[in-house]
Amino acid sequence: MEQYLLILVSTVFVNNIVMVKVLGLCPFMGVSRKLETAMGMGLATTFVLTLASGASYLINRYLLGPDLAYLTTLSFIVVIAGIVQLTEMVIRKTSPMLYQVLGIYLPLITTNCAVLGIPLLNAQEKHGFVESLFFGAGGAAGFTLVLVLFAAMRERLEGADVPPVFRGSAIAMITAGLMSLAFMGFSGLVR
Amino acid sequence: MITAVLVVAGIAVVLGALLGYAAIRFRVEGNPVVQEIDKILPQTQCGQCGFAGCHPYAEAIAEGSADINRCPPGGERNIRRLADLLGVEFKPLSDEVAEPKPKSLAVIDESLCIGCTLCIQACPVDAIVGASKQMHTVIASECTGCELCLPPCPVDCIAMVPIEEDLGNWRWKYPANPLKAA
Repeated sequence: MEQYLLILVSTVFVNNIVMVKVLGLCPFMGVSRKLETAMGMGLATTFVLTLASGASYLINRYLLGPDLAYLTTLSFIVVIAGIVQLTEMVIRKTSPMLYQVLGIYLPLITTNCAVLGIPLLNAQEKHGFVESLFFGAGGAAGFTLVLVLFAAMRERLEGADVPPVFRGSAIAMITAGLMSLAFMGFSGLVR
Repeated sequence: MITAVLVVAGIAVVLGALLGYAAIRFRVEGNPVVQEIDKILPQTQCGQCGFAGCHPYAEAIAEGSADINRCPPGGERNIRRLADLLGVEFKPLSDEVAEPKPKSLAVIDESLCIGCTLCIQACPVDAIVGASKQMHTVIASECTGCELCLPPCPVDCIAMVPIEEDLGNWRWKYPANPLKAA
């Protein structure tokens, strides 16, 4: 149990996928302008990432193995794209409400490199099935946390008196950099 | 080598079958009216209607929250077809989405001007010079093309002349109709 907790802490704070591993920057910059959209994107990513971690573990363990390790990237991309499509269809049918919230973000997730990065890291670190799931869920939780925090800051920045040259993306980049520095403060807490 | 091909092909086949099955099993019956409207729209996805694309616009029409006359590429023909489909009155293309007028300049036909000074009083930027019973003229560099001087002129001697675009006055265009928040 303790190791799973450590994985969660590690992925959310210490090895945060966005701030420390610098993956998934596109949605991080793109969808963080409003708090609600950031929440939606975070939830959708969490959902897909957890599923993708599990599925890619199964593929890697039982289908590819060490002989076909060079196929991991290729097959993971295919599987993730498939899962995202499937998720979209199922959500659309079963829960129109949830589809309203997550719908437009689901196709975006296919191209989110964090979603590919975490299964690849799983394969690299030789995580077990449950470990993979926790790693995926934790990574996604970290992604959501950072996205929501960043969106909240950007909403405040809207009203702030930013010098004209720094307005828009420039101040967002600076904010992201400062936030990344803050997350560096967690390093060494867990491996 | 063969195993690699087989494995990748196998993944693709399984996923394809799964998605194909899901497409049938989880098919969502969309609003058929939306599909019909979407078929009529020109699918240019230009966003000139103020929606993010043709399908969102079709949804808005079906919902009744948007008028049928907001699609410039479709033109009158499409508005007529939409009016037929939905059983509503034909409307000319909405002004809100019509092409913005080209930037132009007021020019006074000096042979017709009677020197009434009415246009001088109307001009908000003092771009017209002249005096009572004297010929008036427009200072080209000051004129904003606001057209406020046109209605007061009793002899209709003021014309709006479009300015040709050249390297000196070309600018990036603003989007004609800002997108509505999704």
